Amino acid sequence: MMHILHDLVYAIISTIWDLLPIAMVIFGFQLFILRKPIPNLKRILAGFLLVLLGLGFFLEGLQAALFPLGKLMAYQLTDPSFIAGEPTARVLQWSDYYWVYLFAFAIGFSTTIAEPSLLAVAIKANQVSAGAIGTWGLRIAVAIGVAVGIALGVYRIISGTPLYWYIITGYVFVLVQTLFAPRMIIALAYDSGGVTTSTVTVPLVAALGLGLAGTVPGRNPLLDGFGLIAFASLFPIISVLGYAQLSAWNSRRGRNSPNQ
Amino acid sequence: MNSLKAVWGALFESLRDLLPIILVIGFFQLAVLQQPIPNFGEIAVGIALVVVGLTLFVQGLNMGLFPIGEAMAHAFASKGNVFWLLCFAFALGFGTTIAEPALIAVAEEAALVAASGGMIANTAESLESYADGLRYTVALSVGIAIVIGVFRIIMGWPIQYLIVVGYIGVVVMTVFAPAEIIGIAYDSGGVTTSTITVPLVTALGVGLANSIKGRNPMVDGFGLIAFASLTPMIFVMGYGMLV
Repeated sequence: MMHILHDLVYAIISTIWDLLPIAMVIFGFQLFILRKPIPNLKRILAGFLLVLLGLGFFLEGLQAALFPLGKLMAYQLTDPSFIAGEPTARVLQWSDYYWVYLFAFAIGFSTTIAEPSLLAVAIKANQVSAGAIGTWGLRIAVAIGVAVGIALGVYRIISGTPLYWYIITGYVFVLVQTLFAPRMIIALAYDSGGVTTSTVTVPLVAALGLGLAGTVPGRNPLLDGFGLIAFASLFPIISVLGYAQLSAWNSRRGRNSPNQ
Repeated sequence: MNSLKAVWGALFESLRDLLPIILVIGFFQLAVLQQPIPNFGEIAVGIALVVVGLTLFVQGLNMGLFPIGEAMAHAFASKGNVFWLLCFAFALGFGTTIAEPALIAVAEEAALVAASGGMIANTAESLESYADGLRYTVALSVGIAIVIGVFRIIMGWPIQYLIVVGYIGVVVMTVFAPAEIIGIAYDSGGVTTSTITVPLVTALGVGLANSIKGRNPMVDGFGLIAFASLTPMIFVMGYGMLV
């Protein structure tokens, strides 16, 4: 218990270092350029303090509880002796890795739901759209995108196909979807790609990628271990655009049907 | 009494956000790997910390980060000085990225990759200078991204035009960049935007779109993060070609 307390203090101090440049930029511009008093300064400073403590607790909690187990799990699941079931010398096929795909999907989905920056964007989108975009609807759409993206990214590492094929195909897909998607959602959908992967997702997903690239024959962990984050930032754009498209179609069909 | 209820409600919501991870890790540990949960007490304490932390963070967002982001957007818009607004945008993007721990970790990995690919010498010195160079490159690209994004909000350009240009940039750079750097470059787009940057930048964008006449906060206000995750890919591949 003592070391958790010790690490907690350390986590809060390192969060101060993250927050410091941001606070300097904000207060510097406020003092020297805008030269206006900040409205509700006390409340805003209290808010910064809460963010600081909150992130410190959050990171230390993840570090103490979920990351060690999740990372160990990623390495155990990608271990060839686990995947083969028994110690045999047969060559593993891509389809032998079904637990890894399922884990990739599940961990992608669940870490995204807990991602604080996505929660922040969802709260803002809900406020700005006056409730039209539900915080849960957006977060689940994004989480499904991340889940599919990471599962596909894992398949890419196992099959050894080049990363850029997937990413460029994804780009073409996004551009086609943009032509048909409701205008309101486009900027938010593009944003949702960047916010999905931060504090919670990156460490676990990186462990999965490095574990796989280290055990699949013929893969180099330094070269093939990367790329999962790229999948996790591309596929939410597709899923959010798709979700908006579906709800637009649904509401149009509802209006056009004679029973309404 | 009411405020106590609100606190419980907020804690409960955070617990609900965390529940999927707990279920996934519990299921894989017990049912798939068939191993007991180690250090149960420590894990319970950790989960409690995460729940409290997430609750405090959300509270702090609404009290601190969102209001200051919007207040500054309004102040810059009413002052009408585009130059200082763009300076602020750059400083915010650069300043929040340079210290980002995820980026520091990725830059160190990237230096190892470059050394194993024979692009740089495998000494501590050249590894460090490569990693630092990469970090400054990414921070610069995020600063430029926020400047472009803010300028787009001022002008009211549709975001998809700029994103198409960015995608073409990524594809073209992929053709020319050394194969070793591509994976890192693609990943660097995702790791640049930290948990403190995202709410601030989002509030800045929405606040600007709210205070400039003729802009819709939904259509024009979002999109700053999108640029911040696109330009690092292009810049990192460029760095890989030059160094």
